[in-house]
Amino acid sequence: MTLGSIRHEIVINRPAADVWKLAGDPARLHEWFPGITGLTLDGNRRTITVAGGLTMPEDIVINDPSARRFEYSITLPIFTFHRGMIDVIELDPDRCLVVYSTEADPRTMALVISGGCYRALQELKRQMEAPIEETVA
Amino acid sequence: MPRKILFITTDQQRYDTLGCNGGQVARTPVADQLAAEGIRYERAVPQSVVCMPSRSTIITGQHPSTHGVWMNGVPLAVDAPSVAQVLHDAGVKTALIGKPHFEPFLDPFAAFAENRFADGEPVNGHRGFDHFEAATHGVAGNLAYARWMQKNHPEAMGGFYPVLDGALEVNAMGGGETGMPQLWTNPIPKEWYHTDWCADRTISWLDTLGNDDDFFCWLSFPDPHHPQDVPASELGRINWRDVELPAGYIADQARREAVLDAKPAHWRAWYDGRLVSNYEAPANWVPATLTEDQIREFTAYNAIACELIDEAIGRVIAHLEARGIADDVDIFFSTDHGDLGGDFGLAFKGPYHVDGLMRLPLIWRPAKHRAITPATVSAPVGLVDLAPTFCQVAGLPAPSWMEGSSLPVSDDDAAARGFERVLTEWDSNLFGVEVHLRTITRDNWVCTTYLRGTTSDGTDGELYNLAEDPLQQVNLWNDPSAAAMRSDLIDDLWAHQPVQQLPLATLVAPV
Repeated sequence: MTLGSIRHEIVINRPAADVWKLAGDPARLHEWFPGITGLTLDGNRRTITVAGGLTMPEDIVINDPSARRFEYSITLPIFTFHRGMIDVIELDPDRCLVVYSTEADPRTMALVISGGCYRALQELKRQMEAPIEETVA
Repeated sequence: MPRKILFITTDQQRYDTLGCNGGQVARTPVADQLAAEGIRYERAVPQSVVCMPSRSTIITGQHPSTHGVWMNGVPLAVDAPSVAQVLHDAGVKTALIGKPHFEPFLDPFAAFAENRFADGEPVNGHRGFDHFEAATHGVAGNLAYARWMQKNHPEAMGGFYPVLDGALEVNAMGGGETGMPQLWTNPIPKEWYHTDWCADRTISWLDTLGNDDDFFCWLSFPDPHHPQDVPASELGRINWRDVELPAGYIADQARREAVLDAKPAHWRAWYDGRLVSNYEAPANWVPATLTEDQIREFTAYNAIACELIDEAIGRVIAHLEARGIADDVDIFFSTDHGDLGGDFGLAFKGPYHVDGLMRLPLIWRPAKHRAITPATVSAPVGLVDLAPTFCQVAGLPAPSWMEGSSLPVSDDDAAARGFERVLTEWDSNLFGVEVHLRTITRDNWVCTTYLRGTTSDGTDGELYNLAEDPLQQVNLWNDPSAAAMRSDLIDDLWAHQPVQQLPLATLVAPV
């Protein structure tokens, strides 16, 4: 079977640099990815705990603020391969496109993980477009 | 008037598994008695042949195009309309015990409420239910049955068949004596199996109610959906070697494959193992390898699951009788969709709109005070008609968002109220493989038109004359003598097909 490959994207009405500040910070994933209940960061090694109780170790592969690309790989044994990519692409000075891609083997895991990524994008948009008071709170 | 509704569903149960429907393998005296005392529907059709869309139709009273759950893995919106909410708001106590599946099961992020209740999150009237205790096939997931097993019988958890394999695909591993995929010998005691658990929990909830309380209790058995892993202690009920092959199985390979070849291309492609269009059957299984003995063993295990359900229902009804309220209860029995069960040399389910998947058991045993004469209804009805029926039973008008009508109580009633057609939809798009079907069942015909997809250019289809070809082995789609009927049915289909909500909701899980 081929890899599972799923891409979700969302337009956010905020400057790309602002969005990247949150989405590109590996230590802040739990702030905008619903269902992540714990996160530790040790160099390029990140470990997340999800609400279902599973702990997922990850290797950070790319963290490029110039291209605004963040790439990581979940290293759980169930995965033969995993790559998660977040791209923040400037559309104009006040808007950006955020693309969250998941590639996985086994392919079904791409569906399982990308469902969370889809909700994460919605939450990222909600937070970034929220009035300043809510963001501060 | 009492407003007490016991709504019993199973999962993936064929019409011909009940004795009252002509079934010869399983003994189902309880369902048969309900049918004798009530209304037995001979052409009950789902609006989708997979779980989540079909269950969403049941609770919303809407077609998949309207409620938006176009495939397993697409959650029903949390604020979607719900007949349970309508009943709850009218003072009826509500419970769902067993398999819900309005939301995906494979949910590591615990994004969906169904997967959080067992760990203490308050139900808070989710979808209109006061009480919610969920179960599914086996002991996986964060559901109440799994938690109960973990707490009380952890040593028995390993006896269930692993529904998914190491790659999280539907498992093709074989078991039993024939190596049939999704069939397994489970040493669990019958009393701990989810069928009995569902009945036990239902009785427990009913005992929280007073005899004067109105209730809507959805008792939702996970069986006889695969895996076929009923308690080993029950396997002596039926010797699979004695089981006759289903009428829809074509023993002669050349003829079987010719019948498949006369259907649209994805039928034969799946049979040959060249195309897997959906997640609902083992991905690494080639149906062409299915043997007659495997079908026999599958049928036997499936029938045992049906017998256990029948007995569990009998226990619930006996409990209602002991409390003196059984006659006040409207009892409904149905399922969400069927199983191919060996028809055409296929098993499980997929985008195949034929009787194995589309003809469902449906029985309504009205409360005695309704004084409804027992009947058999041959007119087509749909699961979409259940929600308005529940409203009618509760003395409530059906909300305008419901797309069905309360079930007819006789064929005369069906004719008077225009029960002519039922619609069924299929949409799948899994890793680049797309299948889209729209089907109408009317006038003893079933007509399926295909929209453009991976193996269809949008011009092919299926047309069966149920009166002359009850096994749907002769596809008349391209038969000139049936062209007028085909045209009429398709025009009628599109005249009544709800407009699909676009864009389609996002698929967020495999199941």
